[in-house]
Amino acid sequence: MQLFPCPFCGLRDEREFQFAGEVGKTRPNTSEPVSDADWDTYLNTQRNEKGAAREIWCHLPCQEYFVMERDTVSMDVFGAIALRKDPS
Amino acid sequence: MTGSRVGSGGLIDRTKPLSFCFDGGAYSGFSGDTLASALLANGVRVMGRSFKYHRPRGVWGAWFDDPNAIFNIRLAGDEFPNCQATTTHLVDGMKARAVNAWPTARADLKGGLDYFHRWLGAGFYYKTFMWPDWRLFEPAIRRMAGLGHLDRNTVAGYVSDQLHDTCDVLVIGGGAAGLTAARACAEAGQEVVLIDDHPELGGGLYRRGLAIEGEAPEEWVASQQKAIRQAGGRVLTSTTGFGVFDHNLVGLAEHRGFSSAPRLHRMRAGRIVMATGALDRPITFANNDRPGIMSVEAATEYLGRYGVLVGRNIALVSNNSFSKPAAERLRAAGAEVTECDATRGPIRALGGKRPSCVEIGGQRYACDTILASGGLTPVVHLWRHAGGKLDWRDDLAAFVPGNPGKSMIAIGAANGSFDLEDALAEARNSARSGSVSERRGNYRITPLWPKPGSKGRQWIDFQHDVTLKDIEQAARENFVSVEHLKRYTTLGMASDQGKTSNMAGLAAMAAIQGKSIPETGTTTFRPPFVPVPLELYRGHNRGQMRNPLKRLPLEAVHRAAGAAMGEYGGWLRPGWYGDKSEEEAIRAESKMARDAAGIFDSSPLGKIEVMGPDAEAFVNFIYYNTIKTLKPGSIRYGFMLTERGIVYDDGVVSRLGPDRFVISCSSSHVDGVNALLEAWRQDGNDPDRLFVHDTTANWATITVSGPKAREMVGELGTGLDFSPESFPHMTFREAAFQGAPARIARVSFTGDASYEVAVPAAKAETLWETLIAAGGKRGAGPIGLEALSVLRAEKGYLIVGKDTDGETMPHDLGFGIPRLKKQTEFVGDRSLHGEVAKLETRRQFVGLAVTKPSGPLPVGAHVVDIREGRTVSIGIVTSSYDSACLGEPIALALIERGQARVGEYVKILHLGETRVAQVASPCFLDPAGERLNA
Repeated sequence: MQLFPCPFCGLRDEREFQFAGEVGKTRPNTSEPVSDADWDTYLNTQRNEKGAAREIWCHLPCQEYFVMERDTVSMDVFGAIALRKDPS
Repeated sequence: MTGSRVGSGGLIDRTKPLSFCFDGGAYSGFSGDTLASALLANGVRVMGRSFKYHRPRGVWGAWFDDPNAIFNIRLAGDEFPNCQATTTHLVDGMKARAVNAWPTARADLKGGLDYFHRWLGAGFYYKTFMWPDWRLFEPAIRRMAGLGHLDRNTVAGYVSDQLHDTCDVLVIGGGAAGLTAARACAEAGQEVVLIDDHPELGGGLYRRGLAIEGEAPEEWVASQQKAIRQAGGRVLTSTTGFGVFDHNLVGLAEHRGFSSAPRLHRMRAGRIVMATGALDRPITFANNDRPGIMSVEAATEYLGRYGVLVGRNIALVSNNSFSKPAAERLRAAGAEVTECDATRGPIRALGGKRPSCVEIGGQRYACDTILASGGLTPVVHLWRHAGGKLDWRDDLAAFVPGNPGKSMIAIGAANGSFDLEDALAEARNSARSGSVSERRGNYRITPLWPKPGSKGRQWIDFQHDVTLKDIEQAARENFVSVEHLKRYTTLGMASDQGKTSNMAGLAAMAAIQGKSIPETGTTTFRPPFVPVPLELYRGHNRGQMRNPLKRLPLEAVHRAAGAAMGEYGGWLRPGWYGDKSEEEAIRAESKMARDAAGIFDSSPLGKIEVMGPDAEAFVNFIYYNTIKTLKPGSIRYGFMLTERGIVYDDGVVSRLGPDRFVISCSSSHVDGVNALLEAWRQDGNDPDRLFVHDTTANWATITVSGPKAREMVGELGTGLDFSPESFPHMTFREAAFQGAPARIARVSFTGDASYEVAVPAAKAETLWETLIAAGGKRGAGPIGLEALSVLRAEKGYLIVGKDTDGETMPHDLGFGIPRLKKQTEFVGDRSLHGEVAKLETRRQFVGLAVTKPSGPLPVGAHVVDIREGRTVSIGIVTSSYDSACLGEPIALALIERGQARVGEYVKILHLGETRVAQVASPCFLDPAGERLNA
C-alpha cells in the first residue's frame, strides 16, 4: 500500500485517493466542431507511461485535486502540487 | 516406533502433559509441542498422503517448510481446516485428522492410486478427459482433489484485529542475527520492532545447541531480549511477516492462540532488516518421499526445540559441511548416525512406510531414518516481495539477496552468511549502513542437483507429486520457462509454495536444457509467505463497519409510527407503515396519497449549493438542460450527463439568487454528484469564483403530496400564499417555520401538487408532527418509499439507474431538445452526436400496459422480437407495479425504437413464460397535468 502526499493533508494511505487523469489532457472546445477522432482521443486515450508520470489525483476526504509526479515502475513518489499552483 | 522423547532438553514444559487424538488414536504431548513433534515423540511417522498418488508421507521439515502433514483439527466443537502439523502448537483436547486420506493417513483407501502412476503424469487430466467434454468429468475430479474440508459452521468470535503501526527499523527474524541487529539498532537510538514467528526467540540456536558468546542459547536469548527492551525496542513473537508491500509496508500476522483469528499489523517501517534464515533443501533421489526421510535441519530442530529424537539408526546423507555438527548433536542424544556423502553416486531409499536402508553408489547403509541435506537455501521471499534482485553464488550453490534496496537489508543466513560469526558481524553492523568486509565462510558445499535420465521415481514436489520425470516430460512438451513449467506440472503450487521444491525443479530444468541455474531463473515470489486466513484481511471491515447506513434525523419518529425500515440507496428509510402486509400497506398508502395526501420523509434528497460569480455558467455547463435562463425563485428539472453522454443523475435545480443555486440530486447519488461537481469546479474553473457545498445533512425535508397538500402546508404558519396563481408548480419560497428558516419548493415526484418543506434538521420533528396533525383531520398520513415508487411510476417519472442503464442518453428518455438546441457547451455534449447516439435502434423509455388478470410484469423481463427465426431481446422491463389508483398493473421499459411503437403489442419473455403488453406513453396518470398544477 502506497503513501501519497496530499498538498493539503500530508502523507496519507493510497486508499484515500482517486486517480483523475493524466496531466496535459484538455477538453476540446465543443462550442466549435470537434471531430469524432479528437473526441475519441479525449475520452479514451491514455499515455499510460512506464516510468516517470505526471497525474492528477483527488484526495477524497478533502476533495482537493492535485498534480502528483511518480514513477509507475518503482512506485517512487517525487512530489505533489495543488492543481491551481501547477504551472502546466 | 522410531521417534522418541529424550529425557531432558528442548523448550517444552514436561510438567504440562496434553492429550490429543490423531486419526482416531489417542496420544499425549507436552506444552510447547507442535502436533508434528508430539506425534514424532509418540513414534508416529505417517502423517499425510500426497495430493495425486496418495503416497504415504511423513514430515520433511519442522516449521513452515513442511509440505506433507496437513490436518483438519476439531477443538471444542469448532473445525479448523488445513492446519500445518509442524506449525500448529498442541492444545489439550485437539482431535486431528490428516486431510486427503480416508479412513486414516496410515491406511488410506485411495493409496492404490499409486499403482497407476505410469498413466497419471503431468497434464494427465487435461489430456485424458478432453473427450467428449472436460465439464462432464470436472465435478468428480474436483471432489477427489483438494485438501481439508470446510465445516459449514462459523467459529464464533473469529475476528481479526487490524492495527496500523510504524517503526524506524523492523527486524524480521529473531535468531542470532536478528536479535543482534535489533539490539544494535535499538542501542543506537532507533525505534525498533523485532518479530519472530516462533513463540520463543532464538531461531536456529536451539538446533545448534552450542554456547554463543559464552552463554547457553536460552540465557543468551534472554539477555539480548532484555537489552532490546531496555533500549526501547519492541518484540513481537508468534508473528509472521507475510508480505512486503509498496512503500515499506510489511504485513504482520500475529498468532493469538489456536482458536483465535490472528491479528494483522500493517507495519510501516523506515528500514527493514531481513534476518529470515535459511532452509535445508531436499536431495532428489529415488523414493525420496518416503516417511522417515526428513531434513537434517528438521531432525536437529525437533531435538533442540522439542526434545524429540526422530530415529535411532540414522543415515545422514549430505553434500555440505554443516551436517557434521548435526551428526554429533544427534549422536550425543543417543542415536547411531552414519554420515554418507551424497555426491558419491546414485541414491536410492529402500523400504516401505519406514526406510530399511539407503543405497549410495551401490553401497547400502542400514537405517530406520534418513536425514538429507542438499544444501542451504536462504529465505529470500520478502526480499523479492520488495522488488529486490537475487544474485547466484557458486560457492554457496544458492540465490542470495542482490543489490541492496534503499530501505531493506538482508543479514545472516538469509544473506548467505551461514556461519554464526559472519552473521553476528553483519548484524552488529546493521545499525549503520554499509556492508561487512570479510566473511570467514566455513560452509562448504559440493553442488548436487537432480540428474535428468536417472533411474527411479524421484520427487521434486512432495505434496503435489511432481517427479523428475514430470519435469522431463514438461521439457519435451516445450513447457521450458519456469513459469510454464510451474503451471503445467503444478510444481511449487502446493501449500508450501515451493519452499521445498522450487530449487530442485528449476535446477532440473536447467540441467535438461544445459543452462545454468541463474539463466533459468526463479518463479515470482508473491505474498503471503505462509498461508494466512482470509479473515486476516477482512477483520472488522464488514457489514455496517464497511458500508455504514445513512440515518434519518426522524428515524425514531418513523419507528414509533410503525415504519418498516429498509435500505434505499444507502439510507435507512421507511418502506411502509403499520402492521398490514407489505402489499396491502402499499395499496392503502398510494390510494390515500391520491385521495387526500401522503406525507413522506425526503430528507436524503440532495441539497448541494453552488455559489459564486461563476455559478451560473458552471451550472449551465454541468446540466444538459439550459439553466442560465432560470429566474431566481424558480426551479427546473434536468439531467447531468457523463462526458460519454450517459445520464448520470436527474433532479431539480433551484435558483436562490443571481449567484446561488441548489442542486437537488437523487438521494442515493449525493456523494457522486458532489464529487463530479468538485472535479469540474477544480478543472478549468477559477476555484476562487465558484464554491460547491453539500448541505444535505443540514436540512430535513418533508414532502406533502396530494389534493389536500395545499391546505396542510397552509397550517405551518409561514404566512405564505399557497394559491396556485401566486405559488405555481416549479417555484419555491424562502420562509420561516417556528423561528427557523424554511425552504418550500413546489415540485412533484408523484404527479399531484406537492410541497417539499425543508427546515434545519433540529426542527424536523416539530415539522413532522405539525404536518401529521394537519393531515390527520383530512384523511392524510405518512407514506413510505414503496408507495412513492408506485405513485411516480403512474406518472411516468423515471428513477436514474432503475429505469435507465449505462447506455441511456437523454434523448432516449424523451428529452431531446437541449441536444439539438442548447447553444453553450455542456458535459457530454459531443458524445450526443456520435455514431452510437444517432443510432435509430436506441432503446427508448416507454410505458407498458397489461391487462389485469395476469398481474404485473416481472421487472427485468425481456421484451422480445422474432428476427430471422430467432428470438432476440429488444428491451427490458425496468419498473412494474400493481397500481391501486388505476386499478391495473403498469410497467416502464426501455425498448428499441420504443417511442415509435406506442400502441403496438409486444411479447414479454421471462423465465420461459411469454406475456403480451401494449406499448404506451410512460405517463399513465393525468397526462394533461391538471392534478399537478392544481
